[in-house]
This record gives sequence, C-alpha cells and structure tokens, in this order.
Amino acid sequence: MNLATSEPEDEAVVRLERVSVVFPIYQAGSRSLKKRVLFHGSAGRIGRDANDQVVVEALSDVSLSLMAGDRLALIGSNGAGKTTLLRTIAGIFEPVRGSVTTHGRISPMLDISLGIDAELSGFDNIRMRAQLLGLTPATIERRLPEIAEFTELGDYLEMPVRTYSAGMILRLGFAVATCVEPEILLMDESILAGDAHFIGKAAARIQNFLDRASVMVLASHNLELCSRWCSKGLWLDQGRIKDFGPIDQVIANYTQSVVG
Amino acid sequence: MLESQQTPRRFRLAVADFTTAIALRPLWVTLAWNDILHRYRRSALGPLWLTASMAISIIALGTVYSEILKLPAAELMPHVCVGLIVWAFLNSIMLDAGDLFVGSENYIKQIRLPFSLYVFRFVLSKVIIFAHDFPIYIALLLYFRIWPGAAALLAVPGFLLLVINGMMTSITLGIASARFRDIPRIIASLTQIVFLVTPIIWTPDLLGPRSYLASSNPFFHLIEMVRAPLLGSAPSTETVTMAISITIINGLIATVLFVRFRSRIAYWV
Repeated sequence: MNLATSEPEDEAVVRLERVSVVFPIYQAGSRSLKKRVLFHGSAGRIGRDANDQVVVEALSDVSLSLMAGDRLALIGSNGAGKTTLLRTIAGIFEPVRGSVTTHGRISPMLDISLGIDAELSGFDNIRMRAQLLGLTPATIERRLPEIAEFTELGDYLEMPVRTYSAGMILRLGFAVATCVEPEILLMDESILAGDAHFIGKAAARIQNFLDRASVMVLASHNLELCSRWCSKGLWLDQGRIKDFGPIDQVIANYTQSVVG
Repeated sequence: MLESQQTPRRFRLAVADFTTAIALRPLWVTLAWNDILHRYRRSALGPLWLTASMAISIIALGTVYSEILKLPAAELMPHVCVGLIVWAFLNSIMLDAGDLFVGSENYIKQIRLPFSLYVFRFVLSKVIIFAHDFPIYIALLLYFRIWPGAAALLAVPGFLLLVINGMMTSITLGIASARFRDIPRIIASLTQIVFLVTPIIWTPDLLGPRSYLASSNPFFHLIEMVRAPLLGSAPSTETVTMAISITIINGLIATVLFVRFRSRIAYWV
C-alpha cells in the first residue's frame, strides 16, 4: 500500500485497487460460526481465515478511482461497509490485500466528537481539533475568527463544551473540519444531524470547497441528500461493489432492489 | 514468501510512523498537557494533589520502615523518597500502557495519526507527573542537609534511559493489551509483587549474602540508575551494564512488535 505518494500523470485523487479489509473477531466462538455462515444479510461476509480465525470480510475486492471534483455517495444497508470504506480511504485501516493511494490532505469527519474535550472551552476545542487535522498553531490562530464565525456559537465558545447540545458540537466540528481546505473530505451521515439552517450552510460550504476541485465521499442513508450533494454513487452490498456510476442511476437501481 | 516480501515494507512504514510522530510534536505536547490539566480541573489544590499524596506516602513509609529496619531516618528517608518517585513513574507506565491504544480508540478509528504519537503523548504525560514529585526530593535534601554533589547530574542520562524503556514498554504492552485484554490485569497484579521484592522501601544491603535477590531484579537496576546519582554516588558498573542490556532487549521486543503489528492496531482496538 502506498499512502500519499505523488505521481503527476496520475489524475486520480483517490485510487483503490482490489482492496479487501478483513476484521478478526476474537469473541466469536466456533459454535456460533455455524449460525454465522448461514446468515445471509447485506452485511460483510463472515468466514474463517487460514489460521481458523473467525473473520468478517468488511470490504472485498473494492476498486475505484475518484478524480478532482468528484462527489461520491456511498449507499447500502447497515453493515454494508460504507464506514469501513471511508476509514480505509482515510488510511485508518490498512487493507489486508490491495492498495489505497490518495493525493492531498484528508479531512475525515466520521465522528463529530473526535478530539472533543468536554471540559475545555469551545475555542480550545477548535484549536485542539484543528491541530489534530494537521494545522499549525500559527495557522489556527489566524483562522480562529473565521471558524468561530461559521459556528455561530458566539459567546458559547468561551464556555466548556459540556454545556453544548449535540447540534452545537456538530457545528463546531464541521466548522473546523472544513476550514482546513481539505482536498479530500470524508463524511459519515451521523455528521449531518444539524438543523435545517445549519445543513443549508454546510451545503454551501461544501459547494464552495468543491469548486476548488476536491473530492468528497459521503456515506449516507439519506438518498435525497445524496442526490443533492453528490455526482457519483457507489452501492455497497456485503462489502462488494454492486453498482458504481452516476448518482441518479445508482439510486434508481438501489431503490428498485430495496422495493422489489 | 509473502511474509518475507512484506517485512521491508512494514519496516519502512513503521519508521515513517515514528518520524511523522516526531514532526507532530506540538500535537502530542498539547494532548499530554491536556491529560495533566484534566487532573487539575475544578480541584482547589490542583497540581499539588499529586505532590501532596506522594509526599505523604514517602513520609509515612520512610518513618515506619526506618523503625522496622532499625535504620536512621536520615539514611532511609532519602532512599525511600527517590525510590518511590522513580518507581511511581515506572509503575504508572506499566499500569496504564495497556490502555494506551485501546483508550485512544476514539482517535485511532476516526483519524489517521501515527501510532507513535499516542506513545509520545503517554510517556510525556508520565514525565510531567514525575516532575511534580521532584520538589519533594529537593525539600528532603534541604531538610536532612544532604548534598549529592556533581554525581547528581548522572541522574539525567539515567532518567533518559528510563524514558526510553518507558516508551518501549508502553509500545509492547499497548500492542499486546490491544490484542489480549487480560494483559493489563496480569500486569496490575505483578507490579504489586515487584514493588515489594525490589529495594524501594528497604535497602539492598539488608539482604546480606543473598544480595543476588536484588542484583537479579531488573527493576532494581533501572531505579538505581536514577537513585544512586540523586543520593550522591555513581551507579555501579553492574547496574549500568544491566540497565543498558534491559533497554536493548526492551527496544528489540518493542521494535519487532511495532513493525509486525502496527497496521493491526486499528483493527484490534
């Protein structure tokens, strides 16, 4: 696997080649395996590896490449591998087989509570989180007013985050994650729990940064949001790609299969 | 076959992990500092709590054991003081290292950061706590009017060696505990025994002809690397040799585990 190498002639911002991610399951006994093999859902396949270890194949043979400007929606039922795919692109899980190549700064927004310290003030949490995303302390201080303004939290930023509502933490997290001008933005649906006003603002911001030619990958069950924000769709089923193409086509196929 | 091809690549990735983490120093310094601030928040005594509780243990153990062992307090108390402070550093690393990666699951699963970063953060916060206890030693020197002399400077390389050992041990225990969750419990029960059989609240010369009971104990040598200089004498050649050998063994185990299993940590936590 090769992370963050630059090949000028390769235009793909994100490239996955035959990626497989397999989780070992240490709690599952041999007895329960029988049931698990017979289980036919849309979640990752459960099997055994060479060492007779119970494993879940969360992603299997996934290849895809995304160019600058691509906005990809990951759709599929629970456990289909959407979040695992996001984490694999983010470099969190190194695949057991295949390779992941990415060019540019990755800003993962998988969990809004990342690096949130409830006892620290909003400002300190912005600093903390921005540092986690790779900003230098000097850049953070320079950007702080802009980030603070986007959160619309006003005087609350002086208060410890434990006094915030979930939606307020979301605003804070989103403001920081998108202020770093990520070249690759990875988002999980849980991020998008804000109120209508905030979602509108977030959409504008995403649009804004996509104009600067970047890649976004969004994992969501909200098909309406997917078709609004994304240009491409990837339908995952049991960790395999079932369909990949223009968003409308993928959504149509997915809806048809779910209804029928 | 596949295994042998993968090893150089794994090694490169492990080295890259380590060097990236060093470059991210402001981040782990902030994180370590936050860990310390967490202890102080909303407490009136703040940092003094750490110092106060250590001082109480030193005075209590030093007084009682100088009676039991029939040693003058002026002799045993400084020995107990330095021994306990250094032991507290090693002990807290061994006890908490099991939670090093598991406890950072929130970070590990949400963002790609070098794994060494968690190690640096962890060891740094332990060093900061160690620094809190240091004034007790100074106070004791003043109280008993002891002056360790220039030998005390040897405590600096000695402590550096302990820090390296702390890092290596926390990598080993952190990875092993992420995979096998029983390890922290085993360590917790072992450290209590180690504390009692290591000359910390008693002196090694009390062993008389059975001095091998101390000299075969790796913890004795590690503690002695800092304790001897702070009490005014250079550590013995045997201690230095042992301490360096322990560091090399520790380093080898940690390196092998880290190179081989680094990429699996995210799957295990």
